Amino acid sequence: MMKIQELTKQYDGKTVVDGVTFTIPKGKVISLIGPNGAGKSTVMGMISRLIAHDSGLVHFEGKDIGKWKSKELSKRLAILTQSNNIQMKLTVRELVTFGRFPYSGNRITSEDESIINQAIAYMELEEFQDRFIDELSGGQRQRALIAMVIAQDTEYVLLDEPTNNLDIYHATNMMKTVRRLCDELGKTVILVLHEINYAAFYSDYICAFKDGKIAKFGTVEEVITKENLSEIYQVDFEILTIAGKPLSIYY
Amino acid sequence: MKPQQLLTGDLHLWEIFLVSRLPRLLAILCTGVGMSVAGLIMQQLCSNKFVSPTTGATISSAQFGILLALLFMPASTLWSRAIFAFITAILGTWIFVWFIQRIQFKDMVMVPLVGIMFGNVIGGVTNYLAYKYEMTQALSSWLVGHFSLVLKGRYEIVWLTIPLVILAFVFANHFNIVGLGKDFSKNLGVPYNLVLFAGLTIAAMITASVVVVVGSISYIGLIVPNVVAMYKGDKIKGTLVDTALFGAIFVLICDMIGRIVILPYELPIELIVGILGSLIFIALLFYRLKYGRKSIRLGSTGTNSCATMPNLKGGEQI
Repeated sequence: MMKIQELTKQYDGKTVVDGVTFTIPKGKVISLIGPNGAGKSTVMGMISRLIAHDSGLVHFEGKDIGKWKSKELSKRLAILTQSNNIQMKLTVRELVTFGRFPYSGNRITSEDESIINQAIAYMELEEFQDRFIDELSGGQRQRALIAMVIAQDTEYVLLDEPTNNLDIYHATNMMKTVRRLCDELGKTVILVLHEINYAAFYSDYICAFKDGKIAKFGTVEEVITKENLSEIYQVDFEILTIAGKPLSIYY
Repeated sequence: MKPQQLLTGDLHLWEIFLVSRLPRLLAILCTGVGMSVAGLIMQQLCSNKFVSPTTGATISSAQFGILLALLFMPASTLWSRAIFAFITAILGTWIFVWFIQRIQFKDMVMVPLVGIMFGNVIGGVTNYLAYKYEMTQALSSWLVGHFSLVLKGRYEIVWLTIPLVILAFVFANHFNIVGLGKDFSKNLGVPYNLVLFAGLTIAAMITASVVVVVGSISYIGLIVPNVVAMYKGDKIKGTLVDTALFGAIFVLICDMIGRIVILPYELPIELIVGILGSLIFIALLFYRLKYGRKSIRLGSTGTNSCATMPNLKGGEQI
C-alpha cells in the first residue's frame, strides 16, 4: 500500500506540487494525467524517491519512503523515466541482467539466469537478446527496459510516459503490456500518460492533476466525464462509450 | 643483450636485466594497462566516449602536483611527489566532472573540449610557476612521457596500477550502472554520487601513478577503450580484460618503434603514441561518420555474426 499525504514540492519559490493526498490501491493500474506542468511527473519522481519532497509524507508498505534503504526499496519498486536514453553498447540480455543487481550484485546465480530468461521470453525478446540496445528501434528498446523491470521483480512498477516517441502500434502494445503486468503478474502499475484514451482504456484508476493539485481521483468512469475533462484541460470534450470504456474526443 | 646470454650465468648481464630491462618492461605493461583502464572508467562514468585522462584534465593536474612537490619539498622522494600528484589528480578530475554535471552540455563534443581547456589552464599555471622558479628543466621529464629513466628502485609506484585495476574490475557493474544515468542507478539501489566519485578517484590514482614514473602519455586512455568497445560493446566486465591487454600491447609496440627508428638513440614514447594515436583517432572518427554507432562483430559471437553481416555490407555499398 502506498499512501501519499500533503505532498509538496517547490522549485525556485514556485510551487509545482501543492498538498497532494491520495492512496494508491494495490494490484491495479493507476494513470496520472493532466496538462503540461500540472506536476504529474514531479509527483511520480517523489513517490519513487528520485526527487526529494519538500514536505508531506510518502508512506510505502509501512514505512516512510525516505527511511527505506535504497537497495531494499529497489526490490519492491521499480521506476523507468524518460531520461533512460541509452547510448551504450549493452546487449538486451546485459541490460535485463542489471534488473537482478539489487538481489545478487555481481554474482548472478542460476536462479537469476532463469528469471532473466523468463523476463526476456515474456517480452518476446529472445531473437534480440544479443543485439546492442543502441541498434534497436524505439519500441524494441522500450520492451527491453520493461524486461529489465520484470527481472527486477518488484510489486510496484512506475513508468513515466512509456508511450512517448512510440507510434500507435508500439504504443498500443506497450499499454497492453502494462495491463498484462497487472493482470498476469499481479503488479501495481503507476503511469504518467499524456494520451487520455490510453489512460481511460487500460487503467483501473485515474488521478487527474491541474496546477500542482489533484483535480479528480477515482475509477475511470468517475474521472473521464465531459465536465471533468473540460475543466482540467480547458478544451471542449465529448465522451463516447466504446467496449464499455469512456473514450474522449477533443477538438 | 640476447636472452641466450642470460643463460650463460654472466652476473653483469643479469644485473642489467634486473635493474633496467625488466623494470622497463613492467613499467610499459603497467602504463598500457593503467592508462587504458583509467580511460575506460572515465568514459563509462561520464557516458561520453571522448573523455579520458588527457581530455579530462587528470594528467595536467597530476603534473601540477609534481611541480608543487618540487617547489615545496626540493628534496622530495618519489613517494612524496606521488602523494602530491594523487591529490591534485583526484581534485582536478572531480572539479572537471562536477563542472560538466552542473552545465549539462547538449553536444557530446563540448565535454572533452571543456576538459582540454581546463587541462590547458592548469598546464599554463604549471608552466608559469616552473618558469618563475626555474623548474622547467626538472619538470620537462614529466611533461613528455618516456621510459628511458625507468630503473629499479625508482619506478615501483607504477605497480599501484595493478591493485587499482583489480578494484575497478570488482566494481565494474557499478560503473556500468552509474554510466546509464542517475535515475537508472537510483532505481537499482546504486548510490550514484558515491560510485561516480569513487570511480573517478580510482581512474585519477591510476593516471597519477603512471605520470609520476613515466610522465604524460596521451591518447591511450582515449583510443584503446573506443577500439575495444567497437567489437566488444560497453559492458565493463566483458571489456576490461581486453582493454587492459590491448593497452599493454599498444604501448609495448610504440616503445619498440621508438627504440628502433633512430637507433642507437630512442624517441620518447609520448611522441610515438601521439602520432599513432592521432592517426587511429582520426580513423575512428571517420568510421563513426560513415557507419554511425554500428559495431564490428567478430565471428566468435556465433549466431549473431550472420545477423549483422548484411548490415555491414549494406554500409559498404553506400
